[in-house]
Amino acid sequence: MSEARAVVLERIVKAKGASGSLSEVEQMWERMPRGYRVAGERDRASVLELFEDRLRDYDATVVRCTAARVAETLRSVLVAAGVRRVGVPERIDLALPEGFEFVTDEGMPAAELNEMDGVLTRCGLAIAETGTLVLQSAAGQGRRALTLVPDVHVCVVRARDVVETVPEAFARLAATATLPTTFVSGPSATADIEMTRIKGVHGPRFLHVVLVEDYG
Amino acid sequence: MSAATELERRGERGARGGLDPRTAPAFPVAAARALGDAQLRRNLHHATEVIQAKRARVVGEMPDWQALRDAGEAIRRHTMEHLDRYLEQFEERCVRAGGVVHWARDAAEARGIVVRLVEDAAAREGQRGEDSSAANEVLKIKSMTTEEIQLNPALEAAGFRVYETDLAELIIQLGHDQPSHIVVPALHKNRQQIRELFRREMNLPELGESPEELAEAARRFLRERFLRVPIAVSGANFLIAETGGVCVVESEGNGRMCLTLPRTLITVAGIDKVVPRFRDLEVLLQTLPRSATGERMNPYNSIWTGVRAGDGPEQFHVVLLDNGRTEVLADAEARQTLHCIRCGACQNACPVYRETGGHAYGSVYAGPIGAILTPQLQHMEHAQSLPFASSLCGACYEVCPVKINIPEVLIHLRNRVVKRRTAGLRVVGDPEAWAMRTASTIFRSERRFRAAQRMGRMAERLWERKDKAGEQWVTSLPGPLGGWTATRDLRAMPKETFREWWERRGKKTAQADAGNGTEVGDE
Repeated sequence: MSEARAVVLERIVKAKGASGSLSEVEQMWERMPRGYRVAGERDRASVLELFEDRLRDYDATVVRCTAARVAETLRSVLVAAGVRRVGVPERIDLALPEGFEFVTDEGMPAAELNEMDGVLTRCGLAIAETGTLVLQSAAGQGRRALTLVPDVHVCVVRARDVVETVPEAFARLAATATLPTTFVSGPSATADIEMTRIKGVHGPRFLHVVLVEDYG
Repeated sequence: MSAATELERRGERGARGGLDPRTAPAFPVAAARALGDAQLRRNLHHATEVIQAKRARVVGEMPDWQALRDAGEAIRRHTMEHLDRYLEQFEERCVRAGGVVHWARDAAEARGIVVRLVEDAAAREGQRGEDSSAANEVLKIKSMTTEEIQLNPALEAAGFRVYETDLAELIIQLGHDQPSHIVVPALHKNRQQIRELFRREMNLPELGESPEELAEAARRFLRERFLRVPIAVSGANFLIAETGGVCVVESEGNGRMCLTLPRTLITVAGIDKVVPRFRDLEVLLQTLPRSATGERMNPYNSIWTGVRAGDGPEQFHVVLLDNGRTEVLADAEARQTLHCIRCGACQNACPVYRETGGHAYGSVYAGPIGAILTPQLQHMEHAQSLPFASSLCGACYEVCPVKINIPEVLIHLRNRVVKRRTAGLRVVGDPEAWAMRTASTIFRSERRFRAAQRMGRMAERLWERKDKAGEQWVTSLPGPLGGWTATRDLRAMPKETFREWWERRGKKTAQADAGNGTEVGDE
């Protein structure tokens, strides 16, 4: 194994010459052209409108509400989705509605996750321009399997966590870059049959977003 | 399924059992066969038109698209210039986060490493004793790199059942077919063909042909396997040197299943897949989805770093594969081939690919990028017809999200192919090389060039035919020259060349000037 490593690295150096030190290489990285937009130009209201529009375009549903009405809104979303047993991550820190069986995930086996009607989580960051929710292994967002196996995913997003562009999202993620991270843009889909986007293959087939406008 | 397609499929499977550039027929031969399959061409036209329209729409939304392409190119170029540093950094950070990094010089070494890792994992699973049958099974995420090294046959030979989990790859696997596109490997199949396949292979005689029903069938078919099988093999879209992280881009969620549920995950990645920093993804994750599937963002991007307690696999291995990539790196003019991020946009844009489909290229890497990547990965010893499988129209360069100048590389590789072929005495047995060398001798001397023109005019007289307008044409030439006239007519050489006319005119004018200018020599 180590022999292969030495040979491959040697081939690389022979092919293109030796690299400078890591710090020299890093300085060259800094100087690369980045003429693209690194921040958005829209005002907050239109960023949120764009976010909603892009989510709907990819078959997700969106409901807006105020912090005081989260439980009530969740109730109607969960009822409309037809779910009763709902997985939730630890420390979800949300006012949950009555009338549902919320099962806290403390490392449920996959088969048990598969028995959930749906899953309810929060998310730490969302991107308007691409209609993307960014989920990380962090409080309230759960581990990756939780938001994958059940067929319905309800996600509560704070309006202030919505950025306009992808580069703004990466700037925010820099500090937690090594956490398991999933970008979710709409429900599971495929375009493998005649390049037609079809909703729902293996991941959740239904994605519902609750956008909370004035969450602290 | 048309009879022609069915026969084609069987023949290809029987002949070589995989897309192997070492044994594949030359492109013109394979392309001629593909062009005879009307169903295949209809499927290709439809799919590539849909995807190109979608791409154009979402690219058009981006005011900074060209700046993103420039940045993407800069990132890839910078990475290749410092590839050794970034691979070392990736390895160090990945290991620090609990991953294990392996290096493979070639396909055989990579296969050996993966098979051994899968066997070790299966043995661990056997000791757990929960479900002994699952220990002989492996989940796969779509990966062109594992296709390149022909991993599945190696795993099967070692006694494992391999489940391809991407819908298109499942279609390919159930149909004993071969991938024909980097992003949409079953692009050559339409819904009716897929329905027939699923009816037969999944035992679903009532299955309808709507894409929704077909996707639902795949979901049911694989769900139980996702929950049960403890070992998965993936490719990678990006390796992040700065963090030691890996990024996989997908649509269906089969990738997330494989990356998250099994206890052991093995990722096979070409050494070219590394990017310097986490932040570089802000460029490539904007350009890749829009170029690949015409989406603003594909449904799922997974990024993980080593192993994390309580979230995902307990054992994580990365196999870094060379397999000819360092040779591409060594050719300064062709090095940009390695910048490719496998979006497939060049395939959809290519007027050659759109007619022949991917199989004619005899490699898992088809289309324009395949035409430059495949022969280089084969050390220019095989697939030598591929650099010629292009009209050099430049559509591939226009759409490339990292601005690989594919036409430039195609010409460079044509040069290399010709140089190899004409080196030394081999020219004697090669009529084309002999003809080119003779032409070069003739063109170097005015005297020889004029003589050749005169001889040509005399020689072609035998084959000249007059059309209704009285123009002379050569419609059929004898022997090997007949290849040219088989598909096109050749205008007869003019009775007088421009140069001859000019000289004659000069003499006449001089005479006319001498004799009071009554006549100006003109025709």
